[in-house]
Amino acid sequence: MKIILETKNLKVIRGGSLLVDVPGMEIFEGETLSLIGPNGAGKTTLLQALSFLMKPSAGEILFRGQAVGAEQRILEYRRRLAMVFQEPLLFDTTVFGNVVSGLKIRGTGGAEARRIVESQLEHFGIAHLSERSAKTLSGGEAQRASLARAFAISPEILFLDEPFAALDPPTRESIVTDLEKVLAETKTTTIMATHDRNEALRLSGRIAVMEAGRIAQIDRPAVVMNRPVDEFVASFVGTETILEGKVRDVNETALIVRVNGSEIEVVGKGKPGEEVVLCIRPENVTLSIPDGNVKTSARNVFRGRIGRIVPLGLFHRVEISCGFALVAYVTTHALEDLALREGTEVTASVKATAIHVIRKSIP
Amino acid sequence: MDIILEGIRQAFILLVTFDPEVLGITWFSLKVSGTATFISLFIGMSIGTVVALTQFPGRKFVVSLINTGMALPPVVVGLFVTIFLWRNGPLGFMEILYTPAAMILAQAIIATPIVMGISLAAMQQLPKKLRLQILALGATRLQMVRILIREARLPLLAAVMAGFGGVISEVGASIMVGGNIKGYTRVLTTATVMETSRGNFDIAIALGLILLLFAYMINLVLTYVQQRERPR
Repeated sequence: MKIILETKNLKVIRGGSLLVDVPGMEIFEGETLSLIGPNGAGKTTLLQALSFLMKPSAGEILFRGQAVGAEQRILEYRRRLAMVFQEPLLFDTTVFGNVVSGLKIRGTGGAEARRIVESQLEHFGIAHLSERSAKTLSGGEAQRASLARAFAISPEILFLDEPFAALDPPTRESIVTDLEKVLAETKTTTIMATHDRNEALRLSGRIAVMEAGRIAQIDRPAVVMNRPVDEFVASFVGTETILEGKVRDVNETALIVRVNGSEIEVVGKGKPGEEVVLCIRPENVTLSIPDGNVKTSARNVFRGRIGRIVPLGLFHRVEISCGFALVAYVTTHALEDLALREGTEVTASVKATAIHVIRKSIP
Repeated sequence: MDIILEGIRQAFILLVTFDPEVLGITWFSLKVSGTATFISLFIGMSIGTVVALTQFPGRKFVVSLINTGMALPPVVVGLFVTIFLWRNGPLGFMEILYTPAAMILAQAIIATPIVMGISLAAMQQLPKKLRLQILALGATRLQMVRILIREARLPLLAAVMAGFGGVISEVGASIMVGGNIKGYTRVLTTATVMETSRGNFDIAIALGLILLLFAYMINLVLTYVQQRERPR
C-alpha cells in the first residue's frame, strides 16, 4: 500500500509539556485510521499537527514523500486536505455559501463549483436546505453541511476531530451511515479522532490508541482489541473479544455470522454478505470440560484449547483458541473445579443474546 | 408645564415646515460626525482587528488602553485638541482652530477608540476554532482576515454606529474646538446648548428631538445586532 502521510520524530511541545510524541507513523492512501484515547491524550493536537494547523516543535511530516514545512508548502498542503471539527463552525451565510467556501478560496467558481456543491449536498442529504441560512440548521444538519463543505474540495486527506461527539444517537447514526457511504465511494484517506470505541470499530481499517501524546498501539481493530500491547490499551479498549466476520444467513431472530471458518449465531440486525464486528464480553463466556453431553441453552458452543491464563484477583482471564481467539473470565473456584490449565481442551459457550453486533459495511 | 407643551408644538412646526436653520444645522452635524466616523472606521477597525487576531507581549495592556479610550471624556479631548491647535501650540501653524476641520479631528479622536474597542470585541467573539477551520479550508492569511471580517460584519456595523452615536451627541469638544459659529461650526448639540441658555426652548426642543431620532435609529441597529445569533 502507498504511504500518503508519514511522521518523522514528530513532537509538539507547548508551555513546557510534551503534548505529542510520534516518532514514526505511516498513513496509507485510502485507509481510514481512528485515533482513540481518553481526553487529553493528544488526539486533537496530533490531528492539528498533521494538518499543519499547529506548528510541530520538532520533527517532520512527509506528504507523499515530501517534507511539508516552508510557508508556501504548508498552504499548498493545506489546500489538499480538509478538516471537520466537533462544532460545525459554519459561516454566517446560506448552506450553499458554506459548502462552496473552500472552492471559492481556491478560485473555483461558477457552474463547476455549483455542480460540485450540489452533488455534495445530495450526498449528505441536505440538497433541500441549500438556500437556507446556516443559522437555522439543527445540529445534525449543520454537521452534514460541514462534512459537505469538506468533501467539496475533494481532499486527499480528510481529518475528522470528534465529528459526531455533540450529536444525539439517532442523528449520529444517520450521519455516520452517510459518511460511510461517501468514504466507500470516494476512498478518501481519513484520519479521525474519537473517544467512541464503537465508532472507531465501525469506520476504520486501523486504530491507533493514544496515551499521553504517544501512540501506544496502532493496528487492525481486531488486533488492538484482542491483543492489546499493554495494560493501558487493554483498559481503554475494554476487555471484550472482538471478532470480524461476514453475515452468512439471516433468520427471524438471529444472524449467522461466519468468523474465520466458524459460525456464530447472534441476535441482531443485518443482511447476508454484510461485514460485521462481534463483541463478546469475557464474563459471558462459559467454559466446561468436553464430555459429549453438556447441556446448555447457549446456541454457540465451540471446542478449543486454553492458551494463556492470567490471574486477576477474584477472576482469571483465560484465553481460548477455538478457530478464533476468545477470552473468558473464570472464577478461581471454577478454575480449580474444572482443573483448567494452559493447554487444556475446553468447550466455550456464548449465548446469542450476549453478543453485541456492530455493522461495518453498507449493504 | 405650558412652556414645555408650547415648546414641543413649536418644535413640530419647525420640523414639519423644514425650517432652513434647523435643517442646515442638522445637515452640518451629519457631515462633521459622519466624516469623523468614517476616519475612525479605518484606524479603529484595522487596529482593532490586528489586536484581536495577534498575540504579542503587552497585549492585555494595549486592550486596557483601548477600553479606557472608549470612555474618553469629550471635554478632555476638546481641551487637548484646543491646546495643540492654539496659535502658538504644536499644530498652531495649521490654523484650523474654530473650523469644521478641528471639529472633525476632535470627533475622530473620540470615535476611534470606540470603533476600535467594539471591533476588537467583535473579532474576539468569533469562535477561536473558526480561524482553524478557515485555514483548514486552504485560506491564506489575507483570505482568513477577509472571511473573519465578513463573519463579524454585524458587530462591526455596531462599532460604526456606536462611534457615530458617540460623536453626534457630544458637545464638549465641538464647542471648544468649533466655537459654535453660526452657519460655520454650529452643530445640533452646540446649538441646543445655546438656544436653551437663551430661553428659545422651541428651537432647543426641535434640535433635541432630531438628536433623539438619531439615537433611536442607532440603537435600533444595535439591538438588532445584539439579538442576532451565530450559526453553530
